[in-house]
Amino acid sequence: MFGYYLQLGLRSLRRNPALTALMVMAIGFGVAASMITYSVFRAVSGNPIPDKSAQLFTPQVDSWGPQQNEKGEPPEALNYVDAMALMRAHQAKRQTLLYPLLMSVMPGGDRDLPLAANGYAVDSDFFPMFDVPFQYGGGWSAQDDQARGAEVVISGQLNQKLFGGVDSVGHMVNLNGHDYRVVGVTRHWNPKPRFFDLFSTGGFKDASDFYMPFSRALDLKARTGGRNSCRGSLTFTGWEDYLQSNCVWITLWVELDSAADAAHYRRFLESYAADQQRAGRFAWAPNVRLRDVMQWLDHEHVVPPESRISLLVALGFFLICLINTIGLLLAKFLRRAGEIGVRRALGASRREIYTQYLIEAATVGLAGGVLGLLLTAFGVAGVGVLFPPQIAKLAQLDLSLVGLTLLVAVIATVLAAFYPAWRAAHVQPAWQLKSS
Amino acid sequence: MSLQIKPILVALRRHKAGTLLIALQIALTLAIVCNALFIIHQRLANLSQRSGVDEADVFVITNQWAVDKSTQQIDAQVQADMAALRQLPSVRDAAPASGYPLAGVGSDNFVTLTPDQVKPTTDSAVYVGDEHLLDTLGLRLIAGRNFRSDEVLMTGTQQAVFPPVVIVSKTLADRLFPGGSALGKSFYAMSATPTTIIGIVDSLHRQGTSQWNKPYAGQSLIWPGRPDDSRGIYYIVRAKPGQLAAAMREAPKALFAQERMRIIDPKDGLLDYAQIRKRAYDSDRGMAILMGIISAVLLAITAAGIVGLTSFWVGQRRKQIGVRRALGATRNNILHYSLTENLLIGLGGVMVGAVLAIGINLWMVTRFEMDRMSLVYVGVGILALLLLGQGAVFAPALRASRVSPVEATRSV
Repeated sequence: MFGYYLQLGLRSLRRNPALTALMVMAIGFGVAASMITYSVFRAVSGNPIPDKSAQLFTPQVDSWGPQQNEKGEPPEALNYVDAMALMRAHQAKRQTLLYPLLMSVMPGGDRDLPLAANGYAVDSDFFPMFDVPFQYGGGWSAQDDQARGAEVVISGQLNQKLFGGVDSVGHMVNLNGHDYRVVGVTRHWNPKPRFFDLFSTGGFKDASDFYMPFSRALDLKARTGGRNSCRGSLTFTGWEDYLQSNCVWITLWVELDSAADAAHYRRFLESYAADQQRAGRFAWAPNVRLRDVMQWLDHEHVVPPESRISLLVALGFFLICLINTIGLLLAKFLRRAGEIGVRRALGASRREIYTQYLIEAATVGLAGGVLGLLLTAFGVAGVGVLFPPQIAKLAQLDLSLVGLTLLVAVIATVLAAFYPAWRAAHVQPAWQLKSS
Repeated sequence: MSLQIKPILVALRRHKAGTLLIALQIALTLAIVCNALFIIHQRLANLSQRSGVDEADVFVITNQWAVDKSTQQIDAQVQADMAALRQLPSVRDAAPASGYPLAGVGSDNFVTLTPDQVKPTTDSAVYVGDEHLLDTLGLRLIAGRNFRSDEVLMTGTQQAVFPPVVIVSKTLADRLFPGGSALGKSFYAMSATPTTIIGIVDSLHRQGTSQWNKPYAGQSLIWPGRPDDSRGIYYIVRAKPGQLAAAMREAPKALFAQERMRIIDPKDGLLDYAQIRKRAYDSDRGMAILMGIISAVLLAITAAGIVGLTSFWVGQRRKQIGVRRALGATRNNILHYSLTENLLIGLGGVMVGAVLAIGINLWMVTRFEMDRMSLVYVGVGILALLLLGQGAVFAPALRASRVSPVEATRSV
């Protein structure tokens, strides 16, 4: 029966090519607009570290006070004094401070011009906390953190550039004129959004080239390659002064396994801030936050407003296309009221009429889906006009998007056909037979 | 014609579903198209913002230092680089700077009028540059004077250097001292010591283009200094008219001839203002294009939907039309009937749509910090959709008016 109804449906679609084309185009455009914008939204709103996002937290302490903070919210990063104090207290299983570095690397002697290298100053826990995958070697140890050693972990990409991709553990790398011993080479690792450094990056950047011990970067007085935000009047005249200032530039991440651990850490933050108030450093009541990865992504508005707005507009557009389709299907089905009357009179049940017309609608949906797929492929390639390159290249037409496009097109069209099919099934055979 | 309204309404009651669908479609289309037009207009307004820069001739070199050096060493290198750039035949002038308009990111300081004021009065973008910066960017000085070379200070890494003199944009001057009295006045920009306004430039865009910068749009200050940051520096170069391409070729060569241990990124180390503007406003342009495409397709689909459904109604009513014609209705009567019918449905649709459009806008104001939409957009949208409806219905209506009275006699 299915095959027969499919044939009937196709024949009926051929009968009014203009109307059919209109419906197919409406579905195609609607589903394509939704899928293109969804492909971007999906990329920017994803969970970058699904297995651990609920165990990783970034603590915030209000070091600016109610008159200078951000509408009641503590600053988005820590100043040096608070960062070091929280780190020393060591109230979490694992913890790392971090800030971005902008350095140069010499690709082998005087052979070439120096290259720019982006990296991070981090503590040894960084690698196990964030599940950084290694190709060769591994991170450095907590002892190395203490020893303020000149170790470095480099990315597979930088390893390729400098050492042709061979195991370079133990070799030396020159960054900004200083030598570092390679202890590990990572596989490609670039979580998107880059949840651990939203303060400086906004979430989307090319993969980092290197990671060096936080203590070492401080010894080098390496200025942050990212954001720095200060309040009040600035009086520092050099690195030591700067470290004591209220400028925030360091991010702290802690790993807390259970809700009890998180509650404990939150209490610790409160008491830390209360201590600072007692000591006269803060002239205000404790104002602290402990957000996990997804809460942090949300708070930092990682999803660009363009992505949300365009997705919403596209969905609205699709809705209108569907309403349009309902109207056209209604017209199309009821135009054949006479035919339905005859079939009903000859013994076809309402159910059969229903099935027949829903199948006809599904073929329209499928055709719309195929058109939508072509338009989506076209649109995903051109999404660069709407988003910066770092975000645009996240949008990809993968198998799941292809499946989703077709599925959404067919299901939406069948849903839209319910009312017209219901009307068709309720055609009174007697009326139709009498008037024709 | 007004006499026809009642029978039309009665007839529409027999086509509840179709009527509702068309009205709903018109309502939603209006809601989306109004907001899309509003977004387009806003984004295009961003695109045409003035930077204050002589954009045709200016380009920016992002120079990163490859080896750690002392502030004195960097300062000497910057001065040598400047001398090399300024003597190039295709270059009119060049200046070191801590940032440039429309860069996307850059430094800004809160501004207060007294040293002990805790809550800032406003915020200003901060540029640090030497006495050549005004001429290099092509800024227009409308009051006061430029910096003297002896006022230009060496500004090293992590050194909060606050010069006693400052040049501000007119927007900042007016914000701090309304009434055009800013010249000679002092303020504090996160400094313990005051800084006195010695010059005012016509317009100077901030580095930032994000939403955060919006309340402070156009508020900028320039401090005299050579930003000898250990990480790197921007060199702003103004080519002689028509020699931009030549200058962009020669400048990096001249710099590398001075010193090899520097990085000028092949991807974005060398940008002219066309590229800078494109980067700054890419998403605005993209958004305007997307909204434009969606609006156009939406209007086309709505029009096509109206054509489709009305054609169906005409087909359904051939007999009734025939009867009306046989009873003396003219072709014009029939034509007007269809047009009026569509107008009534359209009016119902746009009323709901106008409410929806404003509702969506208000929601976006709270959700996306958008501005309130002027009612003009709704007005324009209503007019456009009513006209679209009339246009779409015209062809089927004309066909209806050509139904011959003979139809009345057929197959009854």
